[in-house]
Amino acid sequence: MNMNSEAWNGFEAGQWQRDINTRDFIQHNYTPYEGDEEFLAGPTQNTKDLWDMVMDLSKKEREAGGVLDMDTKVVSTLTSHGPGYLDKNKETIVGFQTDAPFKRGMNIYGGVRMAVKACEDNGYTVDPEIVEFFTTHRKTHNAGVFDVYDPEIRACRSNHIITGLPDAYGRGRIIGDYRRVALYGTDYLIEDKKAQKESFGRVYTDDVIRGKEEISEQIRALQELTKMAESYGFDISKPAKNVQEAIQFVYFGYLGAVKEQNGAAMSLGRTSTFLDIYAQRDLENGTFTEEQIQEFVDHFIMKLRCVKFARTPEYNSIFAGDPVWVTESLGGMGVDGRTLVTKMSFRYLNTLNNLGAAPEPNLTVLWSNHLPTAWKKFCAKMSIKSSSIQYENDELMRPIHGDDYGIACCVSSMRIGKDMQFFGARANLAKCLLYAINGGVDEITKVQVGPAYRPITSEYLDYDEVLDKYKTMMKWLAGVYVSALNIIHYMHDKYAYERIQMALHDRDVKRYFATGIAGLSVVADSLSAIKYAKVKTVRDDDGIVVSYETEGDFPKYGNNDDRVDSIAVELVTFFMNEIRSHHVYRNGVPSMSVLTITSNVTYGKNTGDTPCGRKKGQPLAPGANPMHGRDTHGAVASLSSVAKLPYKDSQDGISNTFSIIPNALGKDTVIAGDL
Amino acid sequence: MKGYIHSVETFGTVDGPGVRYVIFAQGCPMRCLYCHNPDTWKPGIGEERETDDLIKDFEDYIPYYGTEGGITVTGGEPLMQIDFVTELFEKARAKGYHTCLDTSGIMFDEDNPETMAKFDRLMKSTCLVLLDIKHIDDEEHKKLTSHSNKRILAFAKYLDRMNIDVWIRHVVVPGITYNEEYLTRLGEFLGSLNNIKALDVLPYHTMGVVKYENLGMDYPLKGVEPLPHDDGKKARDIIRAAYHRVKGD
Repeated sequence: MNMNSEAWNGFEAGQWQRDINTRDFIQHNYTPYEGDEEFLAGPTQNTKDLWDMVMDLSKKEREAGGVLDMDTKVVSTLTSHGPGYLDKNKETIVGFQTDAPFKRGMNIYGGVRMAVKACEDNGYTVDPEIVEFFTTHRKTHNAGVFDVYDPEIRACRSNHIITGLPDAYGRGRIIGDYRRVALYGTDYLIEDKKAQKESFGRVYTDDVIRGKEEISEQIRALQELTKMAESYGFDISKPAKNVQEAIQFVYFGYLGAVKEQNGAAMSLGRTSTFLDIYAQRDLENGTFTEEQIQEFVDHFIMKLRCVKFARTPEYNSIFAGDPVWVTESLGGMGVDGRTLVTKMSFRYLNTLNNLGAAPEPNLTVLWSNHLPTAWKKFCAKMSIKSSSIQYENDELMRPIHGDDYGIACCVSSMRIGKDMQFFGARANLAKCLLYAINGGVDEITKVQVGPAYRPITSEYLDYDEVLDKYKTMMKWLAGVYVSALNIIHYMHDKYAYERIQMALHDRDVKRYFATGIAGLSVVADSLSAIKYAKVKTVRDDDGIVVSYETEGDFPKYGNNDDRVDSIAVELVTFFMNEIRSHHVYRNGVPSMSVLTITSNVTYGKNTGDTPCGRKKGQPLAPGANPMHGRDTHGAVASLSSVAKLPYKDSQDGISNTFSIIPNALGKDTVIAGDL
Repeated sequence: MKGYIHSVETFGTVDGPGVRYVIFAQGCPMRCLYCHNPDTWKPGIGEERETDDLIKDFEDYIPYYGTEGGITVTGGEPLMQIDFVTELFEKARAKGYHTCLDTSGIMFDEDNPETMAKFDRLMKSTCLVLLDIKHIDDEEHKKLTSHSNKRILAFAKYLDRMNIDVWIRHVVVPGITYNEEYLTRLGEFLGSLNNIKALDVLPYHTMGVVKYENLGMDYPLKGVEPLPHDDGKKARDIIRAAYHRVKGD
């Protein structure tokens, strides 16, 4: 393709004008910024007025019990709703998911039951005709999955050894390269997609048929996205001409995604450095002032904070609230050694000043020790002020993904527009240990869930015996788990395909087949207790081990003690290799996360007593965290234990949730300092 | 050689520059009424650790500490085990690690040549001293800590002669040290020294109370309210004003 546009005047030419290649455009045109935050502008009056309106709507929403309004008649698509505004005259960036702010759309392709329940639980009723249509005439993802599930998968699901599977809701975790809408406009993107469709050739294997059908869907989605933008008075068929349009077009791309998909995480990608190129050009040409550009960014972020989905209380209890995971990855370093921090990175964080702190969008700083000092200081300052910034290790991810990757949800890294992920929830490894001890019988429901392997019959647990049985049980669990996910992703592609997000990807994407584990520290400590102390079993009348008595002390994960940390490392590698040993859907690349931010509480509720001394119902530690209170050598020792986990075997991310009182991070100079 | 250790904090952010590996030595002769670590008083108990072992452990974390951070020994009173601290610091300095000693100075004894030889040797491998001056008035000091402050003030002057950088720490307690006259006298004393690099005013807090409860001990300052942050700032300003008056700034 040879592309050209007046909108590109002043940009340095490159391969990006021949291929759809956002990274190439960025690399040729961005301006690294090593200065401080002094240039930043405060909020305009319009920004304050609009934010007051949002706060007022939030208040009304809370008073209404959590939902202000829901659409019960119109299934949400790119073009299902007319334009919605807060105050058209004041908004510089426009667009809501439906025709009014805070009115939640109806996403039904994931499953009718969930859509109906999300409405009912909030006091609304879905139009019966719609329910009828999607039950009788148009199948959903959820219905497809349950047509195929076998009794074993169902048992694992209902006994909570595998939890949170995206079999009744949108899987999310796919990041469209929304920047492409701004850089190229939809005409070029459609032209490119048409060429991709032809490139499949004429040998109609299953894969080719599916590929061509999907690209047709993608083209249709781009056409509808263009119509959606038209309803707001914008022509996105051509490239964006200035920074305001660029932000608006990026947002339209994202808005299309959140209109069509109620996904478990709907992340934004890595947009700030891209947008800075436009801002820089406009500042140099005198098109806009710094104050105006900050206003566009503030309004953009404000919109991202207003993204809402119809969800059930159960969903909210797993995820602790109503998160959208509008994750935006900021900063980081380029592979050529230049920093990817730009003034726009500062402007994004500055929204925490101008609009106040908020959990969304999930502003995520890609951290490297090579980042400019002024940026590091500004991040620290804004963290102290807002407690709203997430940090991820760029030094770990850049070698794998290069320098144009982003984070989906909280830790899932992927190259923007080139990789996607099949989200796979989590297997509860703590519960699996109890299954190993009890021969596959659930310690709470007493149901034979796992295979009836020989249980442990001794009074005291023997490390080698337990480990051996545990590994056998993990092998079984990995198999059931991968089977469930194969079914889920097949059906999601079939009945709830993410057409607009995938339209903003290359033709041949790498599909990460993500899995996850919960309860790592519980298992590590339990095995350590069995190995280094004496653990006695306590059985109920049926002979099922329901509790444990531990005599003596044992090394605990979280103290940089190799005796136990090595157990955790071994578990991660073992389970990952078991996942790898299975066939996965659509040539996926298996990956695994050691991640929970909040759902560890729910997992804990469904897990009986564990040999480490944790009692039934008590939360598991989040993600890769040590168990609460067991790390006694300070944060660095605790983090060092976590840092031993092999990233190659948990490439979908390792999380460590870490709270600290501000005073413990050092003293305020008013009290301590030079004389 | 081995020393008695109460505990190690791998993420020390308030005991010297940067992020530090903080070793809490076991044992202290002082009985400060506001002490928030009464579990470190009794000597000769706790975990015995080799200096080599501690250095090795520290080295595991060096990426977190960077070039600014380092090792701090606090307590308890670390100088009850001066030979141990000296060996630890000498080994650390040999590898270029920053060493910081947090002490009350109570073990200092100018009349004892043997002690002085040990102090002289230790100072050669000490980069920074955090000196806790509990009270500037000797009578009040005795009430507060059960010891005279003469050795402590002599130690401060000694550090000045030895040209060792010092950060002063001073806990400000309502009704005890939160007193304009005492704070002024402290500032004047500090003004007579030339090696003071920073002043760390610690507003009294009651976070130690729970430790007393756990140890089954009565809390001596029961009923004394924590000092508000702003009063801490005021106290610091009084000390600084007196300091700069003496310096003639």
